Amino acid sequence: MQWETVIGLEIHAQLSTRSKIFSGSATTFGAAPNTQASLLDLAMPGTLPVLNAEAVRMACLFGLAIDAEIGAKNVFARKNYFYPDLPKGYQTSQMDHPIVGKGHLDIALEDGTIKRIGITRAHLEEDAGKSLHEDFHGMSGIDLNRAGTPLLEIVSEPDIRSAKEAVAYVKSIHALVRYLGICDGNMAEGSLRCDCNVSVRPKGQAAFGTRAEIKNVNSFRFIEKAINHEVQRQIDLIEDGSKVIQETRLYDPNKDETRSMRSKEEANDYRYFPCPDLLPVTIEHNYLQQLRSELPELPAQKCERFESQFGLSAYDASVLSASREMANYFEQVQRVCDDAKLAANWVMVELASLLNKDGLEIEQSPVSAEQLGDMILRIKDSTISGKIAKMVFEAMAAGEGSADEIIEKKGLKQVTDSSAIEAMLDEVLAANAAQVEQYRSSDEAKRGKMFGFFVGQAMKASKGKANPQQVNELLKHKLEG
Amino acid sequence: MALERSDVEKIAHLARLGLDEAELPRTTETLNDILGLIDHMQAVDTDGIEPLAHPLEATQRLRADEVTETDRRNAYQAIAPAVEDGLYLVPKVIE
Amino acid sequence: MHELTLAEIARALAGKRFSAEELATTLLERIRQLDPQLNSFITVTADQALEQARAADTRRAAGDTGVLLGAPIAHKDLFCTKGVRTSCASKILDNFVSPYDATVVEKLAAAGTVSLGKLNMDEFAMGSASESSYYGAVKNPWDISRVPGGSSGGSAAAVAARLIPAATATDTGGSIRQPAALTGLTGIKPTYGRVSRWGMIAYASSLDQGGPLARTAEDCALLLGGMAGFDTKDSTSIDQPLDDYLAALAKPLTGLRIGLPQEYFGAGLDNRIADKVMAVVEELKKLGATIKEISLPNMQHAIPAYYVIAPAEASSNLSRFDGVRFGYRCENPTDLTDLYKRSRAEGFGAEVKRRIMVGTYALSAGYYDAYYLKAQKIRRLIKDDFSAAFKDVDLILGPTTPNLAWKLGEKNADPVSAYLEDIYTITANLAGIPGLSMPAGFIDGLPVGVQLLAPYFQEARLLNVAHQYQQVTDWHRQAPNGF
Repeated sequence: MQWETVIGLEIHAQLSTRSKIFSGSATTFGAAPNTQASLLDLAMPGTLPVLNAEAVRMACLFGLAIDAEIGAKNVFARKNYFYPDLPKGYQTSQMDHPIVGKGHLDIALEDGTIKRIGITRAHLEEDAGKSLHEDFHGMSGIDLNRAGTPLLEIVSEPDIRSAKEAVAYVKSIHALVRYLGICDGNMAEGSLRCDCNVSVRPKGQAAFGTRAEIKNVNSFRFIEKAINHEVQRQIDLIEDGSKVIQETRLYDPNKDETRSMRSKEEANDYRYFPCPDLLPVTIEHNYLQQLRSELPELPAQKCERFESQFGLSAYDASVLSASREMANYFEQVQRVCDDAKLAANWVMVELASLLNKDGLEIEQSPVSAEQLGDMILRIKDSTISGKIAKMVFEAMAAGEGSADEIIEKKGLKQVTDSSAIEAMLDEVLAANAAQVEQYRSSDEAKRGKMFGFFVGQAMKASKGKANPQQVNELLKHKLEG
Repeated sequence: MALERSDVEKIAHLARLGLDEAELPRTTETLNDILGLIDHMQAVDTDGIEPLAHPLEATQRLRADEVTETDRRNAYQAIAPAVEDGLYLVPKVIE
Repeated sequence: MHELTLAEIARALAGKRFSAEELATTLLERIRQLDPQLNSFITVTADQALEQARAADTRRAAGDTGVLLGAPIAHKDLFCTKGVRTSCASKILDNFVSPYDATVVEKLAAAGTVSLGKLNMDEFAMGSASESSYYGAVKNPWDISRVPGGSSGGSAAAVAARLIPAATATDTGGSIRQPAALTGLTGIKPTYGRVSRWGMIAYASSLDQGGPLARTAEDCALLLGGMAGFDTKDSTSIDQPLDDYLAALAKPLTGLRIGLPQEYFGAGLDNRIADKVMAVVEELKKLGATIKEISLPNMQHAIPAYYVIAPAEASSNLSRFDGVRFGYRCENPTDLTDLYKRSRAEGFGAEVKRRIMVGTYALSAGYYDAYYLKAQKIRRLIKDDFSAAFKDVDLILGPTTPNLAWKLGEKNADPVSAYLEDIYTITANLAGIPGLSMPAGFIDGLPVGVQLLAPYFQEARLLNVAHQYQQVTDWHRQAPNGF
């Protein structure tokens, strides 16, 4: 039987506010346990929440970016359940009236087509604390530093049809929230977490199959693996004559499998009701207009512009626009050297591998966009060859100065003086007289191969500085001569 | 809608209240008395009436995004039942 | 000294007839001698009181003339007081020494009041008799075999017995006004949002409101002036300027239109109380008021709606008492569920558990619409009733309670009968409007109260009318025998 996968995602994005959603505690990651837990975060009796304006602004920005309706009157509700990392015994969230309503996001698939994914809603809520399971005499330890950190929960429609699509969608959301400056996107620290609702159905069937929810998957790679694994598990179950049961599952990256979270399965009845300590949040039309005017250029728009303005391929444009920092870097290089294709190549190949090797983000790059742009200018004006440029680039990365300084200091300036090159070639040919003889007595096919040998010797003799084009021409002339 | 013993047990579990077996019949009876009083409101015609959650129907005030809290862990944990290394201790949480 | 009202004390302190320290010392001694009969205090903070009194005297010597400077008061034990146990009259908070002050506590301390301690109440403010306290029942100074009303019974008993001139209290369904009526005091529940709820341990967040209990309207005006005001820490606090309650007291009542709701005089009301209420009406007429019969047709639905909304909110508000971060924790929990269930079962009293269960049920899947949402709709009908009534009248007047103070233990077997005692007071909480109860005489030696209700933010009008009435009557000047 042919199976179709149906996926809907719930993404929790931690909003990068300075303080928590309802208290004045800091949200800094990695502080000593419970040092960022205020009276309110600890749910001390008598404490009350006051909503952070920045969390509202960030949620509205997201709503505008996905072309969604913003809830003019949105309401906070309490989701009641007992858990030690939830100090109040309820999570303040939004239920019937979320701040962001129906919207959509267009994602680029690998084959270059664009797919529109519906976004059901996005709502504000508070994060929970953390339970630490190291053994404290058979007890767990509770750290409430994270409790009350603002989250935007972004719920997609079940529009996604494969693990790859799911990853593409999460990557697009990731890029978008970073462009908007509302979430740092650091998945390792849990700033962006994903719950995957997965079901399968026979191809052509309209009704959805029973879904399982895989909780808290936090890397692009794990999303793909967890979904693929879960899809296979469900297909195996059904083909074996069993049934998928609706449940919450956990992905174990070490074993590459999902397993049932029975502890969360006991009949949950969250008893949602409007939070009486908070009033409805009104979003004024003027406020939204103002925000709209402050929206930055978004990834899709930027990608399109890179193609049309710079003539980049769709692939290059999408890579370079994937993050705001990457796009800014590229544009800065382009501005300095005025050659988009060279700039794109250098950013995507040499710079990317340098950053990758040292595990750096582009904003930590040891080579600034200005430096790289200046270096490309030296390629364009033939001061250095592309090959030498790689050496210069490495030296810049090592902090040895600007391109010009390095070229000067290391004497890397390309030799273009014909007589100097000729003299050098004469020496090379003299030193390899036997090969010259052989060359001259060979047929065309063999000559072609041997010619490379002479070019290599010549470039070696010039320490790579001789203009390769001139070397080629003059060498040919002399050998044929 | 009279509650049965099993309903009371379910409610008590949701509310994480331990129940005394001996008190259960009495608790069930009292809860049913209270629900009997409450059920009088089912006779009221409320068609088309908007629910009222807050008496004043004001709107939420927002606070500026500023860190105003300092670390007062020692003071706050001085009144905690069980702490170690700055963490609150609870019986093992099983995921 | 103990006979003096807050206003008289203010004048005496200003005139240097005695010092704040002398006054505090006298009252602390009175509490030590008399309170064992009443059980109105949970905690007496003698050392702190004397320290505050001396600081007030120092401020006065330095030229400070604040009206509340040196005024002795005490707080209902659900206002958080830094460094002092704040128990909510519950075993679950018996060991809770609050790490912070409630806004009300902070404001009154800044105004120079001297807090003598923390007052007994119904556990978590759930009750109308102050019998559900973990620290034992409070007794009514007018007859110590009777209840003082609740939930602010400790506040009421202490003020009625002249242990303190005034106290803070809270009112979720009548918890200021009903004990005021049963102990012969004046008490005002302000408009929802007028007094900050920060640090006031929540029972039902959309109904709870702090206010003063005192012997006179003038004293209520004084103390409310120190308690009320906008607070950025409470999202439901209203940013509206405070009226000058003292200045408004003197206004004549000429032309005042008073509405008498027919529903307040129906079955269930003790006829003798009805007579007392009508006597107040006659007195107010003499002062220039006109009377109009009105109707609040949805009043009868208020009790069912209240006993859904308040328990629903309470069931969620009280989830934080879980034995993890503060408060009572059961011995040797075997696992997490055991920790929760036993800490809460052992820490909460019977009435609190009942209301948590009712609220949990009302919010649970399948019942939310029939209970919670229905109650919220009735809440709007009740609010609309008042809006309509206040188009024609300035104030609404009626009995505060249907009955006199009952015998201790009388209604313990039947919680629902106690719920019905709230019939006249809870509509104000559901609508959020201000309400005041003032003494209207005695029946068989027990005080009777009359209730005044006003439109939003018209606390000054309520205090004004009560004050004018108290200029021509002396019910509020009577003291219980032995106190």
